[in-house]
Amino acid sequence: MKDVNKKQKPFSLHLDVSDFLPADKEEKQSLVIMRESVSFWRDGARRFKKNKVAMTSLIIIILILIFAFILPSFYPYSYEQQVRESENLAPLQYSEAELKRMEAGEKVFPHFLGTDKLGRDITARLMMGSRISLLVGLVASVLVLIIGSLYGSIAGYFGGKVDLVMMRIVDIIYTIPDILIIILLMVTLKYPLQDLANTVPGFGWINDIGIGLISIFIVFSLLYWVGMARIVRGQILSLKEQEYVTAARALGASHRRIIGKHLLVNCIGPLIVTTTLQIPSAIFTESFLSFIGIGVQAPMPSLGSMAADAIGGIYSYPHRLFAPAIMISLIILSFNLLGDGLRDAFDPKLKN
Amino acid sequence: MAVFTIWLVATITFFLMFLVPGGPFLAEKSPSPATLEALNRKYGLDQPVIVQYKNYMLNLLKGDFGESIKQRGRTVGKIISTGFKVSARVGGIAILVSVLIGVPLGSIAALNRGKWLDNLIMVGATFGIAVPGFVLSTVLMIIFSVWLNWLPTYGLSSWRHYIMPVMALSFYPTAYISRLMRTSMLDVLGQDYMRTAKAKGLSQFRTLFKHALRNAILPVVTYLGPLIAYTLTGSIIIEKIFTVPGLGNEFISSITGRDYTMIMGTTIFLATLVIIMNLLVDIAYKIIDPRIKLN
Repeated sequence: MKDVNKKQKPFSLHLDVSDFLPADKEEKQSLVIMRESVSFWRDGARRFKKNKVAMTSLIIIILILIFAFILPSFYPYSYEQQVRESENLAPLQYSEAELKRMEAGEKVFPHFLGTDKLGRDITARLMMGSRISLLVGLVASVLVLIIGSLYGSIAGYFGGKVDLVMMRIVDIIYTIPDILIIILLMVTLKYPLQDLANTVPGFGWINDIGIGLISIFIVFSLLYWVGMARIVRGQILSLKEQEYVTAARALGASHRRIIGKHLLVNCIGPLIVTTTLQIPSAIFTESFLSFIGIGVQAPMPSLGSMAADAIGGIYSYPHRLFAPAIMISLIILSFNLLGDGLRDAFDPKLKN
Repeated sequence: MAVFTIWLVATITFFLMFLVPGGPFLAEKSPSPATLEALNRKYGLDQPVIVQYKNYMLNLLKGDFGESIKQRGRTVGKIISTGFKVSARVGGIAILVSVLIGVPLGSIAALNRGKWLDNLIMVGATFGIAVPGFVLSTVLMIIFSVWLNWLPTYGLSSWRHYIMPVMALSFYPTAYISRLMRTSMLDVLGQDYMRTAKAKGLSQFRTLFKHALRNAILPVVTYLGPLIAYTLTGSIIIEKIFTVPGLGNEFISSITGRDYTMIMGTTIFLATLVIIMNLLVDIAYKIIDPRIKLN
């Protein structure tokens, strides 16, 4: 608005009178915010949608979820169904019995990936295995999220001696090589859990889910929350100095309310990102355990145990190994990339 | 701190073993009550838990892990030491390979930031992080042994046997180190002292190696601790796949065979090793980077 006077020297202290005129209507109009304010979620979602890699991985994850959770209900073979005389079929191959049935005019659904040595359809097992892997990843991450964020926020919020003791415990758990303790726990938890399921009424559900899965969840909630706790604590430490926390305290809010309603809500970005990145690591551990034979119990398939089963026939049936191997790499890769994308979108500060 | 952690691991391991009902001998063909009693007495299992715990800990202090239950007549210490020699060789080579490949790859990516070479290396590194070790090793096995028939699938009797286990073991750390190296190199390259070095006329070579690399490699040094832990525990599965007669293989067979003294011995040994290595890396880090003071 200020018209530049050529005669005015750049360093002159002369005030420009036009700067002090009252603003007219038009000028006032320009100060009115035209765009509606962008919320945290919409802002993040906008950034996320621009990220092609993250969007692709999200789509792949959705496809895998459909493959693992919805498709099995429409698929004619189940993961434990043993089709007689159709053992060890190659992909898309029909057994003689099935060919005969087809000649008789019956429709036989093809085995896309063939069958294993017990005549079980590998595609169906792959679906179920992916379902187990995804379930483990999701449930374990939620457990880690709950325990880690509670622990970390309490340590960060109260600070001082509480913080010191609590974080020392975290340090100790951090240095323990987790795979070893996990293997140990998986072996030793089996019997007490079996007892619990069989003798104590009300714990029969343990058998429904499977002892292997329950042990995996217990192990994750015991050991894997430390990373989350550290991140949350760091966030809370800086957040608790903010004015709104002082305001909440002045208004008489309880510690619980401040942590739950004010602090944790404000570190939602890092929480989402860390939880998403926890999923692939949980899936990885589960498949590792199932691969060495102490994870999910037969006949329940897991991507890890399917790979382990395939090793025996590696010379004759390499495709049996490729199917679970590709699946698991795809799941881990897309969750990793999704996590990176979410971090860039919702928590730009975390980006190094 | 480290000593406390080791003690904690040993204690947890010890008491976890007691969670298993029936004792180790029930896993075998059900022995008569008399033999069971004799066996229990032989291994001191008839005493109260606390006494057993005290005895075990005292023996542990002397470095005595007891006798293997399944492999009669061999002490756990002996099995561990023979197995560990093999594992350490494979793991050591893998660590060396991953550092020697990962650091240059990461630096090259950083120096060619945004160009196709950088993109290529980073895509490779992303895949390297996503593919689990056992998947990679089985795929390697199919390609090199089944299809091409170049490399042997099991054993460890010649240098050709080492190729696949080392590749499988070093893939993930190589990918991780190159990512780490790229970010820290980019960070260092943007620093003022790099411009100063260039301005005072140092050669490209000298600026890169004397100034950039020395600073950029620090995060990699911190990663060495977790890396050692990774190779030690990662070798568990890779040794099983390639039937390498190392510690990892012993660990797995002790688990499937419920050989409790062996499980305990290997767990405590590996955990102690990892914790000590972490400590050493911490100290080494402080020596390399004088900005960080000890305590």
